[in-house]
Amino acid sequence: MADRQYELVYILPPDSTEQQLAELHEQVEGIVSRMNGRIEKTENWGRRKLAYEIGRHKEGVYVLDVIEGSGELMKELDRRLKVMDQVIRHLIVRVDAERKVVERTRGKRQADSERRRVKRGLPPQRQPGEGRSAEAEAEDDDHFDGMEA
Amino acid sequence: MPFGQGGPGRGRRGRGDKKSTDKGQGQRRPMFRRRKVCKFCADKIDDINYKDVKLLGPFVPERGKVLPRRISGACAMHQRKLQTAIKRARQIALVPYVTE
Repeated sequence: MADRQYELVYILPPDSTEQQLAELHEQVEGIVSRMNGRIEKTENWGRRKLAYEIGRHKEGVYVLDVIEGSGELMKELDRRLKVMDQVIRHLIVRVDAERKVVERTRGKRQADSERRRVKRGLPPQRQPGEGRSAEAEAEDDDHFDGMEA
Repeated sequence: MPFGQGGPGRGRRGRGDKKSTDKGQGQRRPMFRRRKVCKFCADKIDDINYKDVKLLGPFVPERGKVLPRRISGACAMHQRKLQTAIKRARQIALVPYVTE
């Protein structure tokens, strides 16, 4: 079966050094490569305020890894991360299935709009200067953005 | 036959009740601006991601609870997606569980 794609986010204490970060990344990489996985990309979000205290920490260093691999790999990784005491929190989420759905709906919407435009005798893509300006759209936008209630 | 007998009495009571509720609503209703459409449908946001704190923020008011659908105006599908995203974001402390 094709490999699945997962996202791993883990949080380190705010006082951890570059070296500690690199070390942990190496450990993760070691587990991943040992079990025939692959790290697609790594993102360091840097120091962030936590929404609530974890242990005695109010801040944390966030790191995101996008990993391709099997379920067993992620299970092992999860187990290892739970044991590591320098990781204060981690989360693993499977993303490939959801991404596929998003792409499909996006593609469908695009195709739909093109079909409708062609039916009306217009070119399939929107031309510059066509339709209402963005400002006018924003002005009578009455969608929720948390201002009331 | 027996059904007809309770008729008039019931009818009168029903009318009276209606009147009083109407009045109550009339006093409360003004100044409430109603959201018509789901924000995610209208803005064509397909992907409600747990990492996007800016997107989730408005749906988690001060208390830390998920904003209900009757207020957020989100459609069922998007409210569901929003809910999972918020729950994931909570796990990694991007969004609070509770706040005082």
